Amino acid sequence: MQLLLEQLTNGLTIGSFYALVAMGYSMVYGVMKLINFAHGDFFTLGSYLGYAILVIGSGWVTRTFGLWGGIVVAILGAMLGLAIGGLLVERVAYRPVYKAGRLPLVVSALGASIFISNGIMAVWGPRFQAYPQTSIPSGTFRLFGEVYMTDIKLVTLIVSLTLMALIYYVVEKTLFGAAVRATALDRETATLMGINFRSIILFVFSVGPALGALAGVFAGLNYSRIIFTMGWGYGLKAFTATIMGGIGNIPGAMIGGILLGLLESLFEGFVSGAWKNVFVFLILIIILIVRPTGLIGEKVAEKV
Amino acid sequence: MEALKGVSLEIQEGDIVAVLGANGAGKTTLLKVISGLVPIKSGVVRLMGQDLSKYPPHQLASQGITHVPEGRRVFATLTVEENLNIGTWGVRNKLSERQIQETKEWIFTLFPILKQRRKQLAGTLSGGEQQMLAIGRGLIAKPKILLLDEPSLGLAPILVQEIFRVIKKIHEEEKVSILLVEQNARKALAIANYGYILETGKIAIHGPAAELRENEHVKAAYLGGARLQTR
Repeated sequence: MQLLLEQLTNGLTIGSFYALVAMGYSMVYGVMKLINFAHGDFFTLGSYLGYAILVIGSGWVTRTFGLWGGIVVAILGAMLGLAIGGLLVERVAYRPVYKAGRLPLVVSALGASIFISNGIMAVWGPRFQAYPQTSIPSGTFRLFGEVYMTDIKLVTLIVSLTLMALIYYVVEKTLFGAAVRATALDRETATLMGINFRSIILFVFSVGPALGALAGVFAGLNYSRIIFTMGWGYGLKAFTATIMGGIGNIPGAMIGGILLGLLESLFEGFVSGAWKNVFVFLILIIILIVRPTGLIGEKVAEKV
Repeated sequence: MEALKGVSLEIQEGDIVAVLGANGAGKTTLLKVISGLVPIKSGVVRLMGQDLSKYPPHQLASQGITHVPEGRRVFATLTVEENLNIGTWGVRNKLSERQIQETKEWIFTLFPILKQRRKQLAGTLSGGEQQMLAIGRGLIAKPKILLLDEPSLGLAPILVQEIFRVIKKIHEEEKVSILLVEQNARKALAIANYGYILETGKIAIHGPAAELRENEHVKAAYLGGARLQTR
């Protein structure tokens, strides 16, 4: 019972990382029909930016703003940095090749991915870096019985879920969200409605990477060790989550991410830790075979 | 490739102007030129004397032109109401919330079925209902000119009747100028004030609708089938 609860909280935590990254994949795919391979590296870069903010002047931010204040600064800094970074990548790597079709765009995305991860390696080195222990809150509290949870894990969950709810609200319930979805469905007709495609691009390429950055900083705060290649694994799993929920479908990406995190943690706890990645990608393969449109999938088949 | 060549066309305020022609004559291209989706090599599109070429396509709705595209193109996974609301996007800074609500109510009186189904996803509507939604989505921006591309395409005869009846009603009630592109020449000329006939990218004949209905060439080429039916 205790193991089950622990794995459930672990699964929720890692699932919220997958969900945050998956939302970025899904937004960009929905609007541009592009699988943004650089997205996993946005996650890594966010994590490193948070790290850089926390280690600057050997913990100046934490000393100035306090333990939690420092974390807020690190998160906001990383999110802002990646919102700008995402727009920059769109400008230099994607916009020049839009007209060339989808394949050149995918190749350009792979190039951007390699560029960012190697850039991180060049700046921070090829070895693991660790988030400074003095900047991470170390408190734990008793959930109930013998089940403990770290404070940071609880904050991770609350912040991630709140942000997901906020994005869900914006995309599904507001007129702006309807404009984003309309653009994803039919760009030409959306233009006739007066929707400027560029402002939608601006939205997905700033909010998506910023969500990835948030997940990156939380990953650093929860697991401490970060490395320049970590975006690859997280990116692939978030991509799996995206497919699970139905690509282009933002609520689907959230549910897919959480579900994948839970499944992975339960498998790790009760079956085998060594085989968990095999299990995760087996899920991907099965979904692609059985339900390629995802678990949530398309809401309606279009009538002609 | 040139789809249109030397085409000159004018719409008087408050008129319904029909553009007729066979498939591939360039009718749809003509509308796309007006709404900026297709660039023109030379020539000019003016609205009340104002050159529209300086506006990008997404700003034309706010200038008073809305385009109801061929094939309806409703947003299938958005609800009926969301589809209508999206129609206000281009003019959201020009119209007040109250004006939008009033227009929406008016659209619901034109097409009561849309009110009934406003929570439903647009993709679940029938073809005729989708056409009504597409027209409503164009009207909600309170345009000066409504561009209608083949509103009767693929609809059952009874629905064709209904759509044309409502187009006439829209014109009478709100004095919206309408540029109507149609293959159904008989129906279109019955409600239009003026007509243009496009043949392979050029204007072959134009004139008041009443004259075109009596024109021998138009009768033979575009109204011929209809005459057989009446005998």
